[in-house]
Amino acid sequence: MGEPSLLARYRDPALLARLVGRLATLEPGRELSFMHVCGTHENAIAKNGLRGLLPPWLRVIAGPGCPVCVCPPADIDLAVQLALDHGAILATYGDMVHVPGRVSLAEARARGGDVRVVYGVADAVRVAGENPDRPTVLLAVGFETTACTTAAALEADPPPSFSMLLSHRLIPPALRALLAMEEIRTDGFLLPGHVLTVTGSRPYEPIAEESGLPMVVAGFEPVDILLGLLRLVEQALGEPRARGRVGNSYPRAVRREGNRRAVAAMERVFEPADARWRGLGSIPASGLRLRETYRGRDALERFAVDPDPDLPESLPGCLCAQVMVGLKEPEECGLFGAGCGPDTPRGPCMVSFEGTCRNRYLYQEQR
Amino acid sequence: MCLAFPMKLVQVEGPTGQVLEGGIRREVRLDLIEPEPRVGQYVLIHAGYAIQVLDEQEAQETLELIRQAYPELDEGADG
Amino acid sequence: MTDERVQLGHGSGGRLTHELIERLFLRHLDSPLLAPLGDAALLDAGPTRLALTTDSFVVSPLFFAGGDIGSLAVNGTVNDLAVSGALPRWLSLGLILEEGLPMETLERVVRSVARAAEVAGVQVVTGDTKVVERGKGDGLFINTAGVGLLRPGYPEGARAAGPGDALLVSGPLGDHGAVILAARSGVELSGPLVSDCAPVIDLVDGLFEAGVTPLFMRDPTRGGLAGVACDLAEQLRRGLVLDEAQIPLGPDVATLCDLLGTDPLQLACEGRVVALVGADEADRALAAWRGRPAGAGARRIGVLDDRRPGQVVLNTRFGGQRRVVRPAAELLPRIC
Repeated sequence: MGEPSLLARYRDPALLARLVGRLATLEPGRELSFMHVCGTHENAIAKNGLRGLLPPWLRVIAGPGCPVCVCPPADIDLAVQLALDHGAILATYGDMVHVPGRVSLAEARARGGDVRVVYGVADAVRVAGENPDRPTVLLAVGFETTACTTAAALEADPPPSFSMLLSHRLIPPALRALLAMEEIRTDGFLLPGHVLTVTGSRPYEPIAEESGLPMVVAGFEPVDILLGLLRLVEQALGEPRARGRVGNSYPRAVRREGNRRAVAAMERVFEPADARWRGLGSIPASGLRLRETYRGRDALERFAVDPDPDLPESLPGCLCAQVMVGLKEPEECGLFGAGCGPDTPRGPCMVSFEGTCRNRYLYQEQR
Repeated sequence: MCLAFPMKLVQVEGPTGQVLEGGIRREVRLDLIEPEPRVGQYVLIHAGYAIQVLDEQEAQETLELIRQAYPELDEGADG
Repeated sequence: MTDERVQLGHGSGGRLTHELIERLFLRHLDSPLLAPLGDAALLDAGPTRLALTTDSFVVSPLFFAGGDIGSLAVNGTVNDLAVSGALPRWLSLGLILEEGLPMETLERVVRSVARAAEVAGVQVVTGDTKVVERGKGDGLFINTAGVGLLRPGYPEGARAAGPGDALLVSGPLGDHGAVILAARSGVELSGPLVSDCAPVIDLVDGLFEAGVTPLFMRDPTRGGLAGVACDLAEQLRRGLVLDEAQIPLGPDVATLCDLLGTDPLQLACEGRVVALVGADEADRALAAWRGRPAGAGARRIGVLDDRRPGQVVLNTRFGGQRRVVRPAAELLPRIC
């Protein structure tokens, strides 16, 4: 397999057109809507204009799949505090820089905070190594895909000056929470390919079984996404007993057992903890906390700071909470395009690269 | 939140390696890869870490599945 | 001047400044208009109208594959004049140096300025140097202002743009932006990718010589093609439709964008021209460009239309459609 052809096959417009054509021949006789829970899926769909290619009876809803959107403003506030009041070097992924807490990390930097954008946790550890006399703190957001890299970095014994503000979130508990929300009507879920690359599809099997809903894990190239949707539609229209299993449309990366080494690292370093999701409230066991051995790396303990429970999660009029679970479209929010835009975001859905509102605003897929 | 990209592993030195795609080369952490990473494998990279070895055979099988499940897609296609 | 460093005194206007000018600047920048070292350079433009532009350069790293802050400072200003329809003639060179900058670095940059000016056929005729305390500058900042002579009859001679007019680009996009992004993201360039930093005078000349009158012309620097496209749509109050499959991108630029989650349409070019020409002139314009080495990769990438005035729409290579909007403030590496 030559180098470019690894992805080229999954970006082949001719193959995509044939998959689209195949979808168009199906006649379900009713509307079908599927929810994805991955901002990268939303970004891929929006920037390639894929929604406009789907048949009118097929709807793809963006669920709460953006770890940046769901990061509580209280966590951002703590990061700002550590940078401004405790002299810490605050390492952050680029995605978080403009997300508003009380203020954003970009504003903290403008006010003199040492905020450094890093591409990965290893970069943050390197910064700590280069600055042994000052604390370096990483604002660690991300789902399981990123959480395993955090675990690996901690097990590699980073410099003593390194600690983290943990804000990782887990997908399966969120999925259960969505399924428990009566207002949400969906015919199935498109599962995030890279989260399941790490965890495997096994953890989702009980959820598929209990809900009886079709679930298919898909990759992120246009052909991958169409394959996933096609399979979801077929499962939705097919025999009920064909459901209850997790379909794998991304076998080149996803295996049932996932990456056991990554999962083991996460289990050694973290334990589940209840966590707040911005806009969704508290979801049991949906976050990660450091195990006893690593507790010393928790910035909350090191700096003796606590998140402010009273910090309002959204501005009046902001509908991010409902947009994030597909109950409202961005256009239904009064602030969308009227004061809330990518340069002046009022809520997380607009500022995050994977936010539903931002993708709708920037790409405005034309049907 | 799943921005990950496949690149070929061209060098392995303990827990770190180098990946290459065309003229783009980067250092990558290999702490999470199982089984032991081999030069020449394609790995999926997220935030500076390799999180999975891509299975070329599986990739081929997917394309084969597409052909079998949707034979009409094969018209004029070479995959 | 091996181990010497820039001192605060070099910017004070006294003896050290004078020595620096004699020993370094005059040695490399040999315009007779500069030699008198007056407060202003005295220029004879005849009866021609003038174009004036200025730009500041704060790029980090100072040296990168395919160029440096010096060549960037010359070509950036030269190109702004060229795409305005002017023949670039004279540049000013303003430097802000950080105390402690190795003199060797400064000399390397000034040599690069001289070389780029020679290639572009312009002269550096006046300049200024200031020095700030250590820690107050990123090593070296440059400002260049440039004066050019406007072509007779341009741009008034150009008709108003309308539906059907074609958008052309002279070559692959984003090479410069990709090189800088790679340098700042710890990505190594092991292949042929270098900055496209170069003067575009010859490309612009090529259009006029072929009898083409550009209706809108820009060099897509900061903000990339996306910025220029939005400027065009807004200023002309027309809709612009881009064809993604036609937009030229080098393979390494595409790979880097995939790896870092960057939109290639937002990456800067420093040696390309984006021009809107009449539908009937498009083929001639492309032939003129493709006949020149700098324009070998020229393509037609878009068309003006009447729907959605002020908006830029991209027809994706998969048959979908989505908008192109003004780029975000900074390009940030993403995990999501």
